[in-house]
Amino acid sequence: MGSQGGFGQSKEFQDLIKSIGESRSKTEEDRIVLREIETLKTRLVDPNTPKYKLKEYLIRLLYVEMLGHDASFGYIHAVKMTHDENLLLKRTGYLAVTLFLNEDHDLIILIVNTIQKDLKSDNYLVVCAALNAVCRLINEETIPAVLPQVVELLGHQKEAVRKKAVMALHRFYLRSPVSVSHLIPNFRKKLCDNDPGVMGATLCPLSDLIKADAENYKDLLVSFVNILKQVAERRLPKSYDYHQMPAPFIQIKLLKILTLLGTGDRKASEQMYTIIGDIMRKCDSTTNIGNAILYECICCVSSLHPNPKLLEAAADAISKFLKNDSHNLKYLGIDALSRLIKINPEIAEQHQLAVIDCLEDPDDTLKRKTFELLYKMTKSSNVEVIVDRMIEYMMSITDTHYKTEIASRCVELAEQFAPSNQWFIQTMNKVFEHAGDLVNIKVAHNLMRLIAEGFGEDDGTADSQLRSSAVESYLRIMGEPKLPSAFLQVICWVLGEYGTADGKYSASYITGKLSDVAEAHSTDDTVKAYAVMALMKIYSFQIAAGRIVDILPECQSLIDEMLASHSTDLQQRTYELRAILNLDARCLREIMPMDSTCEEVEIDKNLSFLDGYIQQSIEKGAQPYIPESERLGMSSITNFKSEEDHESSTHALRFEAYELPKPSPTVLASSSLVPIPEPSYSGDIFHPPTSIPSASNRGPSELKLRLDGVQKKWGRPTYSSPAPSTSTTGTTKIQSEATQRDSASNTVYTDPKTRGTSYDSRKQQVEIPPEKQKLAASLFGGVSKSEGKQSSSSQRNSKRPAKAAAPHTAAVITAQPPPDLLDLGEPSISSSVPSVDPFKPFEDLLDLTQGTTSASAGGVGATDSSDFMSLFSDMSLNVQSHDIDPVSNVSNGNGLVGVTVEKLAQQSNKGPNLKEALEKDSRVRQMGVTPSGQNPNLFKNLLG
Amino acid sequence: MIRGVIVMNDQGKPRLIKFYEFQPVEKQQELVRSIYRILCCRAENVSNFVKVDSLFGPDVRLVYKTFATLYFVFVFDSCENELAVLDLMQVFVETLDKCFSNVCELDIVFNFNKVHTILDEIILGGQVLETSSSEVVKAVDEISRFSIFLSPSLDRGIVCVRFYWSCSLNLCRLERSGNSIWQGR
Repeated sequence: MGSQGGFGQSKEFQDLIKSIGESRSKTEEDRIVLREIETLKTRLVDPNTPKYKLKEYLIRLLYVEMLGHDASFGYIHAVKMTHDENLLLKRTGYLAVTLFLNEDHDLIILIVNTIQKDLKSDNYLVVCAALNAVCRLINEETIPAVLPQVVELLGHQKEAVRKKAVMALHRFYLRSPVSVSHLIPNFRKKLCDNDPGVMGATLCPLSDLIKADAENYKDLLVSFVNILKQVAERRLPKSYDYHQMPAPFIQIKLLKILTLLGTGDRKASEQMYTIIGDIMRKCDSTTNIGNAILYECICCVSSLHPNPKLLEAAADAISKFLKNDSHNLKYLGIDALSRLIKINPEIAEQHQLAVIDCLEDPDDTLKRKTFELLYKMTKSSNVEVIVDRMIEYMMSITDTHYKTEIASRCVELAEQFAPSNQWFIQTMNKVFEHAGDLVNIKVAHNLMRLIAEGFGEDDGTADSQLRSSAVESYLRIMGEPKLPSAFLQVICWVLGEYGTADGKYSASYITGKLSDVAEAHSTDDTVKAYAVMALMKIYSFQIAAGRIVDILPECQSLIDEMLASHSTDLQQRTYELRAILNLDARCLREIMPMDSTCEEVEIDKNLSFLDGYIQQSIEKGAQPYIPESERLGMSSITNFKSEEDHESSTHALRFEAYELPKPSPTVLASSSLVPIPEPSYSGDIFHPPTSIPSASNRGPSELKLRLDGVQKKWGRPTYSSPAPSTSTTGTTKIQSEATQRDSASNTVYTDPKTRGTSYDSRKQQVEIPPEKQKLAASLFGGVSKSEGKQSSSSQRNSKRPAKAAAPHTAAVITAQPPPDLLDLGEPSISSSVPSVDPFKPFEDLLDLTQGTTSASAGGVGATDSSDFMSLFSDMSLNVQSHDIDPVSNVSNGNGLVGVTVEKLAQQSNKGPNLKEALEKDSRVRQMGVTPSGQNPNLFKNLLG
Repeated sequence: MIRGVIVMNDQGKPRLIKFYEFQPVEKQQELVRSIYRILCCRAENVSNFVKVDSLFGPDVRLVYKTFATLYFVFVFDSCENELAVLDLMQVFVETLDKCFSNVCELDIVFNFNKVHTILDEIILGGQVLETSSSEVVKAVDEISRFSIFLSPSLDRGIVCVRFYWSCSLNLCRLERSGNSIWQGR
């Protein structure tokens, strides 16, 4: 019997567990388990085994399977045990089948009958056991067999049964929504069940139903709000309290439902403001579960129609989370923050330091969450910092799944917000270098296209600069071991196209490098093919330029080796290369024009130029063309043919696709027989009416970028146009609220000192390590980079004007957050608001005029922005309507106030200074956003 | 919904595996191993949440907590609230403690069928069924009593009447005395 030990199992089972626990290796454990399996096999089939023993064997079988061994021989015994009358055995049987079998298993059919019978049992425990099994084992086909009984059980007198019946129906809904669509009123009814457990269980299916279709359940909103109110007022039995919170799990579920119902519905949202506000106030933020509710409230608030009071409360809660030592709460704080920034982008800036702390936290979970937040708040002003951080992190991790994700995010952000092509290329290089095999090959094509297209037609020098820098960086990188294939392809292509373009590197140097690459990656045919193509281009450029081609010995041996390659593709290309080497310069200038990748090649898909010829032939009695689709049974042949032809159109093997009087060979080769999938992009070589044998040009055209269908996110229209207009397109959403800036940016500013103003003041107000502060500024402030370059002397100089400007601005814009917290999206006037420090001397004065000023003096996160937002927006409106006038007024006023406090000596140019500061700042921001050829210095550091 | 509940010890040996969507045995083992690999290299004092989208698909997370020698792991998707699941786990463990009075790893090893019973009262089909620990204890007691009533001659071990471990069973590096889960907290 099982009472030898204290665990209610037989000695045998104890010994088994003991020996497994003591086994020193996996093999030893396996041996023990296999022996056990043998024992169980014989015992289970033995008809003399007593039933209670059978139960134990089954449990041992479960144990064996949990350790990862096959126990399928015993499944049938589990099924048999479900038939037993005894509850204990029955339960064990059900437990075993739910763990062993999947819902499509053959044995299920043997259980359905038992389940049906058990659902009708008088013993509610038997019913419960059956319902447990129903939740796990019933699939779409067997639902109808048990559905009527389950529905009946919704009215069972025992709440435990009702609860499980609801869950079973929910499960049916998940399996096949149609099967229970007529039963939805039952769910609604069960919401009013007098047992809170049943009500709580009903929330699960309702939540899923509402998620699928919120409109149909808006009428339940009042009930949900009511229930939540009752729960919050502790109307439920004490047993549902958990850590002094009334039924917290039900509250959370209800809040989730309210979120679903209130999203995008103002009227519905308004109905729940009160209760959510109440709950947020009541939450005990010292317990885990209290914070869980609080977090759920924040999630809810962030998707409801915005309510300033609730948002404020949510922001408070978030700052509590972020300040807490617990990593769990920090994590939730970051998550909540990323939800809330959708409504109120400023809020992240209040917590910039906390965010940066999380970013540098050793906890990986927290770090990833923070990266998610950064990803969501990326804009053109901070993309460089964020992507740099991401890449840095990407390099440090090994988990391919996450690496892929973060690499593709880097690419996405870079494509969306790249401040310059140069930067884009640098970034892509880094991504490729470290995660090249993980990113989509399209990205590589995008990169090649960017290098080929450059800034645009009108700026040739910038283009060649870009290319030279790309070539240079690739020559540097390519020596490194273990570069991903996709990246090597890009490198080869760029070197082939532009390696010798600027004359800095000799052809033999480049070809030597290329043959090194091909040699180092001798197993990668694609890379080798790219290398051969690059060689071919460089040689033909050399010949075309009239220079003598000097083939390095290593190149020669590479060519020889590849002429005999097993890959027909490689062989083909190498033969083409050899053929090209024998051509004369004039001919090569024709077929391989320098830098012609961007030329649009128009292809007449309908071959209309042949119309006359066809007409002529038909008149002569030729058969008319039958479209491929109309020819039955020939498709396989034509497919084969076109492929074959692609490889070797110069060879004798040629399958005629259709009976056409033989057209001229060039036309045949280039257009009718070779279907080019993306004809609009075919690169430089592909000129149909050429006299060169088609074999020589097939290769290059194939190697070219295929840009069809590639998104042109970062394409020219955004970045190649002159600066001021570019800024408007680049930051449209930002600009919409800040038209003021446009006028400011149009005026030229000359004084670089003012730039330092905000930077300098930033320095004073936060006492944190400068690197962190800098990071914060660049992440959240948007401007940083160019500011950072300012010399300290200019900062010192500019301090004075800023101080003088303080009193007046404070009076007008008391609500402004300190400058480094400012979003780029705010009207530019705000950027000139001086920092906290300069305020200090005038605090008394200000307190008289405006009691609230102290808030802005509080430091980083202290400003109570939401309250002041209205004031602020009024202000900006005002500014807009009067154009710059208010600004100048302001500056005059500022002068007056300043006189009383500051030394007169500095006064003379104060007025203009403020205005200039405004202009400058907006200008600086625009530079950060949309650098172009206009300001090459900006990217000097990137170019190295 | 909740995708699965796993209890394993600090050596990665599974003590309870329950997936609410069927997983073949090999897959289960692989998942348990991967989860163990993730958990065992996490430092102390970090958050209890881990994103496991690489194992379970997008947006799936797990919450784990160590109680003495055991890892309790709940795997769930975006429909649940991380912190709340952490407390649900607490409810589960509290219930275990009530049912086994001073639960330890060995209780779970030898009575994992009972642990399943308890878990089934809390989570059904991946949805949270009951969150009140006392309600769960009531339900489980009912089942135990009924089982005895029906089969007095059978295995008595399932009753909560417990015979304390007399001889020292020196396995799993766990001493019965003084190493209860609650002291480990």
